[in-house]
Amino acid sequence: MDKFKKIAFDCRLTVLDMIYKAKAGHIGGSMSAMEVLVSLYFGVMDMGKDRFILSKGHIAEALYAVLAHRGIISYEELMTFGAFDSALAGHPTSGVNGVEFATGALGHGLGVGVGMALGLSSKVYVLMGDGELAEGSNWEAMMAAAKYKLSNLIGIVDRNKLQISGETESVMPLEDLGAKFRAFGWEVNEVNGHEPHAIIEALKQPQTKPRVLITNTIKGYGAKIMENNPIWHHHIPDEAQYHEIKESFVKRRNQYE
Amino acid sequence: MSKVSCRMAFTSTIEAIAANDETIYMVCTDSRGSVTSGGFAKKYPGRFIEAGIAEQNAISIAAGLSTTGKNVFVAGPACFLSARGYEQIKTDVAYNQTNVKIIGVSAGVSYGPLGGTHTNLHDFAGLRALPNIEIFAPSDGVQTAFITQYLAKSNTPAYMRMGRGDVDTVYPQDEAFDIHKAKLVKDGTDITLIACGEMVSPAIKAAEILEKEGVSARVLDMFCLKPADKEAIIKAAKETKAIVTIEEHSIHGGLGELVCAVVAQHHPTKVEVLAFPDEEYKVGKSHELFAYYGLTPGGIAQAAIRRILC
Repeated sequence: MDKFKKIAFDCRLTVLDMIYKAKAGHIGGSMSAMEVLVSLYFGVMDMGKDRFILSKGHIAEALYAVLAHRGIISYEELMTFGAFDSALAGHPTSGVNGVEFATGALGHGLGVGVGMALGLSSKVYVLMGDGELAEGSNWEAMMAAAKYKLSNLIGIVDRNKLQISGETESVMPLEDLGAKFRAFGWEVNEVNGHEPHAIIEALKQPQTKPRVLITNTIKGYGAKIMENNPIWHHHIPDEAQYHEIKESFVKRRNQYE
Repeated sequence: MSKVSCRMAFTSTIEAIAANDETIYMVCTDSRGSVTSGGFAKKYPGRFIEAGIAEQNAISIAAGLSTTGKNVFVAGPACFLSARGYEQIKTDVAYNQTNVKIIGVSAGVSYGPLGGTHTNLHDFAGLRALPNIEIFAPSDGVQTAFITQYLAKSNTPAYMRMGRGDVDTVYPQDEAFDIHKAKLVKDGTDITLIACGEMVSPAIKAAEILEKEGVSARVLDMFCLKPADKEAIIKAAKETKAIVTIEEHSIHGGLGELVCAVVAQHHPTKVEVLAFPDEEYKVGKSHELFAYYGLTPGGIAQAAIRRILC
């Protein structure tokens, strides 16, 4: 299953270039969620039938990179990220092929996912950040999903334990997160969010009610200078940092060749 | 004049349409009593989504559901939907251009005796600033039914607000409207009264008072606030000596400011804005508050004469 890890590092390299060129973007959260996105787009979703909502819309560049590697948008388009009048804004817009719902204001994705799951028999995947779970609207959506027994709705929490101001547990404590979802009537799975085979296996298990997959991840994963450092939430690498990060990503990717 | 509430005109119309159109869904916020959507819930339980007292989520659910080929109506008290649900309306409905129709009932000061938490004099201002969403404020049951039929066919996000109580029936049963044009209720040459929602009926009565005073008043029903019928406003500015606007909304951001902006840019003329002043909400029944603020046939007629004279 190392091919998924290789794809994830290819996508990381793409995101690094996009952010370095645009001088904008959210690099830390893009890196923590990359294996989840690659698992979904290369190993789980029935494309054209299943739906995906990026509730943590600020890692749009990670989604765009995966869409490009999946052949849904072009690399040419990818490199317009953040440019004047580009469809590729810093948060996903509905003008981009493959983006099923425009997001960016936090705490919206799960409620929209509930609506989609009510109207579809196929699967609906919603990727949330952990920090955004402080938005009360998520908990409204969790109640509604349980009420309507939405066994085609899957929430994924990118549990990197950091948000812009620091640790989630000091900004607004979330633990015991699994217990909270369970109390709201959800099935809960927990996996290492950088292990695609574990993510894919967990996502493919049959479910009888709404399920959340808590993926334990490292913010800034893949380059030591970024890992677990909240400064890299949306820090733009300087030239030296760019090369250091790139070197680390290339080295990691080559391990999975 | 017979009386019927706009909310019941809405629910009876949408129930009838839903019998033949399985894409029609309704999302409620523990509001089936206030909306009078209990009939819909009973007839079409599979197409009635009860979101509970959770306006944000109700609007997000409606937006998501609409992307699966449904035409979704979210209905609840306007004071909560338009404020608590504002960001969801902005992003999940307007920005995403989802096929969602938001029905705000008991708008304006319908809940006046309940206090300021239930006052809704801000919705035009908030929603007019959002691109991609149409805004309607019907004046009676006939017009409400007409707009509801339009909304059931349209794919454009929309907000329709209406009061709680029975209102005068302004139009004959088979009246037709041009959905994005102001309705010329009565022609006149001296002054134009532009009203929307429940203020259309007192505006018509004001025109009758003015007629007796020898003043010829035109009455325009601006039931569609967005897109606004600029031509009708400019025509009124050119053809009559002054304009009086009447609305159940704050003086900020509603019909009055809309009309002022159009005439200031295209054909400056005198405008008197009759609306709720920027002050603390007063407690009282609708008709008591309308009387207090001069939003009555007599008050409107006086304002019109004042405007023509000075």
